[in-house]
Amino acid sequence: MVQDQLTTPPGEAAATGSTGGADLSLVSVTKRFTDFTAVDGLDLTIPAGSFFALLGPSGCGKTTTLRMVAGLEQPTSGKITIGGRDITGTSAHERPVNTVFQNYALFPHMSVLDNVAFGLKRRRVRGAEEQAKAALELVELGHLAARRPGQLSGGQQQRVALARAVVNRPAVLLLDEPLGALDMKLRRQMQVELKKIQTEVGLTFVHVTHDQEEAMTMADTVAVMNGGKVEQMGAPRDLYELPRTAFVANFLGKSNLIAGTVAEDRGDAVVVDAGGHRLAVRKDRAAVHQGPVLVGIRPEKLTMLWPADAPAPEANLLHGRVLDTSFTGVSTEYLVQVPGVGTLGVFCQNHGQQPARPGDDVVLAWDTGHAFGLGGDQDSTAGAAGEDGP
Amino acid sequence: MNVLAAPAKPAGGPGAAEKAGGKTLQRRRGRTGYLLILPGFIFMLLFFVLPVFSLLATSLYTKPPGADIGQFAPALEFGNYAVVLGSYWPELLRSFAFALVATAAALLIGYPMAYLVAVRLRGRKLLQGILLVLIIAPFFTSFILRTQAWKQILADEGPVVPVLRALSLLPADGRLTATAFAVVCGLTYNFLPFMTLPIYANLERLDTRLIEAGSDLYASGFTTFRTVTLPLSMPGVIAGTLLTFIPASGDYVNAALLGNNRDTTMIGQVIDSRFFRVVDYPGAAALSFILMLAILVLVTAYVRRFGTKELI
Amino acid sequence: MRKTIGRWLVPVFGGLAFIFLLVPIGYVFAFSFNDAGRTNLSWRGFTLENWLNPCGAPAVCEALGNSLQIGAAATVMATILGTAIAIGLVRYRFRFNATANMLIFLPLATPEVVLGASLLAQFLNIGAELGMGTIIIAHTMFCISFVVVTVKARVASLDPKLEEAAADLYASPLQAFWRVTFPLLLPGIVAAALLAFAMSFDDFIITNFNSGNVDTFPKFIYVAATRGIPAQANVIGSAMFLIALAIVIGGQVLSHRRSKLLAAR
Repeated sequence: MVQDQLTTPPGEAAATGSTGGADLSLVSVTKRFTDFTAVDGLDLTIPAGSFFALLGPSGCGKTTTLRMVAGLEQPTSGKITIGGRDITGTSAHERPVNTVFQNYALFPHMSVLDNVAFGLKRRRVRGAEEQAKAALELVELGHLAARRPGQLSGGQQQRVALARAVVNRPAVLLLDEPLGALDMKLRRQMQVELKKIQTEVGLTFVHVTHDQEEAMTMADTVAVMNGGKVEQMGAPRDLYELPRTAFVANFLGKSNLIAGTVAEDRGDAVVVDAGGHRLAVRKDRAAVHQGPVLVGIRPEKLTMLWPADAPAPEANLLHGRVLDTSFTGVSTEYLVQVPGVGTLGVFCQNHGQQPARPGDDVVLAWDTGHAFGLGGDQDSTAGAAGEDGP
Repeated sequence: MNVLAAPAKPAGGPGAAEKAGGKTLQRRRGRTGYLLILPGFIFMLLFFVLPVFSLLATSLYTKPPGADIGQFAPALEFGNYAVVLGSYWPELLRSFAFALVATAAALLIGYPMAYLVAVRLRGRKLLQGILLVLIIAPFFTSFILRTQAWKQILADEGPVVPVLRALSLLPADGRLTATAFAVVCGLTYNFLPFMTLPIYANLERLDTRLIEAGSDLYASGFTTFRTVTLPLSMPGVIAGTLLTFIPASGDYVNAALLGNNRDTTMIGQVIDSRFFRVVDYPGAAALSFILMLAILVLVTAYVRRFGTKELI
Repeated sequence: MRKTIGRWLVPVFGGLAFIFLLVPIGYVFAFSFNDAGRTNLSWRGFTLENWLNPCGAPAVCEALGNSLQIGAAATVMATILGTAIAIGLVRYRFRFNATANMLIFLPLATPEVVLGASLLAQFLNIGAELGMGTIIIAHTMFCISFVVVTVKARVASLDPKLEEAAADLYASPLQAFWRVTFPLLLPGIVAAALLAFAMSFDDFIITNFNSGNVDTFPKFIYVAATRGIPAQANVIGSAMFLIALAIVIGGQVLSHRRSKLLAAR
């Protein structure tokens, strides 16, 4: 019985490996634990060969989703299919899926080579050692094959874990915060390398992370998860430029969200009244066209002007006073207090202009095409760093 | 095979599933778990729990008139308890008194040993390793051989007594063996590793920076010890005192080898001789049961008073 | 001045404590070379005779043989049963978890006399004949708790992610156990087995209650103590000490090397 199950994956892998992985789809998958719902009616289709990122704060259900795909957890309800085959209910060792674990979970009592060959050997693949050696070459660790994992650096262990998963040519490769344990510099380097390897082997990668920068750098498609549900899914640029919820707006980068009410419909745009200020938002960039609304604008999209240089009052203009400044090198970040609106963040590139000082009166302006409108019934701080962040 | 091949479905708690770090325990439900613990627990049930009830039952037996030696009839003779308590309360009290003094002495000796190895020699791995082996070394030689060795060392014709007599530290007819002092020394000696090891295990995890911070704030070494080190090592001290007191109070090898038959008899000796010499099974069982209950009460009170959960 | 005293107090006092701990062992060792004759009470001269002929005294080697057999049997049983319990308790959830832990802890918190007496009461009540069998059962019983406590610590320190990784890499639960879990638990299991053997080999009180006419090594010495212990007993005691010392030192060296190799994370 065990043998039968074990021979399934290689066939699967051989069939799918050449075509670059297989579609993974989750159909209304729910995972309930005794006292809370980790994943709530999740629908997700990940096309073959893509680099997909599940992004969200800790506790959002992304790791549980990954574990259900791996077979380490079983969904309470719903269906998971790979390449059209229903794998719901099968055990982890029966699935054509491999995982790069968060802390690598390398077997400390085996050599690096034995670690990489482990999956092949369990499936009784011929020439397991040679394939394992080739996989180690792929991650440029061929010379460390005889070492124990404990003798390797964090970055090297990470690559072994990757080789150990990739060597099996799984239909789907899962990465659970694979770079979380590395320091910043190594992390950036590994991001590039991971992306390169994914292109080389052409497998479907599903990457779980709480690091929005990491998700945006590497993935073709990012799904932002919150409270067991996908808030928004799309290409990284689309998500960033046009978030659809306050959570996404705050979790991906920073956003100034200004609460107001739609006061006027101008055909292709709505005008929002916010504390007496009139702000225009294009209709195709607004989630709602009437009633309460949150007007969003990214700090780097704001231009800070001296009152004397301000254009005609019809444009999106806010008068305020600088509260605080912090110099970060490439840019200066300002906090500007705008009466009736609140405190807004502004990033200014250092072009060598004269910096504003706390207490200075300034005017904030922006291009209408950069603003976005969100439903006004949301908490404008949802997903903001420090509140829900990792 | 079939059962093991069909695994218990992993169902970690929400925390387990979402926690970063990966060291969180995934506790599963399922048949495999029961299959693992059942054989051992059936064994413990048959040869630990059931015997305790057997002991209780035996302690209530009566000797029917005219019965042979060793023949008893099942009954509910609670009078057995009154009889043995009436006869042997001095031995019971003495056992606890000896065990208490021995525990205190073992603490006084064992704590500095543990402190020396765990704190003073921190970082000197080799020396620590050697001393740790020396602490458990007594376990490698027979407990009775070592006790017998003490008996011979402390004997009247041994090397110690004549010296003490010559120095007038002992009266001319003074002895060391066959005294309560010898029994307590033997108990202290025999259970010293049980005291030292838990304290060592506790002190070894102690952050020495806390001691440095303490000496920075209080300056005096003893104040630092009293206010910082000692409170932090309490779980080890409590485990050590329990591991010493419990076996010491039931021990009779030390009393038998190092004591005399008049004023050092401990409760273990009485139970042994009730069973095997007097062949009074109900009396012996009743005494055993009293000893067990008394220890349970004392230990519970002690743990309540100095509360700790880190016992196991 | 006070500071200097404080600095020297601990090493001096600790050192004296170590001497106190080791004197009887040295004594046992020294008197194994005593040309003792029948009673090994006072020093009569150096001889290697006892070491060359350790079975010279009547019955001593028979008792030793019994102890070794009992130790081996009880160790095997307690290690298997206890390891299974330890894995089960750490890795699985039970409704009666607290009770289960209590059942393991209680024998450790019960004086040996009570354990011995209650088992004897049980054996008397069911009319079992006392002998090797009853000693092995008794020893297995008190050794299980030690094995569980020792192995539990090891299981708890084992990253459950490793088993998940094995399952993720196509290992069936059985394969995952034998290829990943078991090899990583092995040092803990070996330590537990050695501890169990040591406890069994040195046990006197529980054995005395449940052994009937069978002599074990500690029982032999206890009985012989009234007449005088033959020097051969010291030889065996010293030899056991040296063997145990070699095992512990060997184990330390091995685990030191291993931990260097396994220093993951």
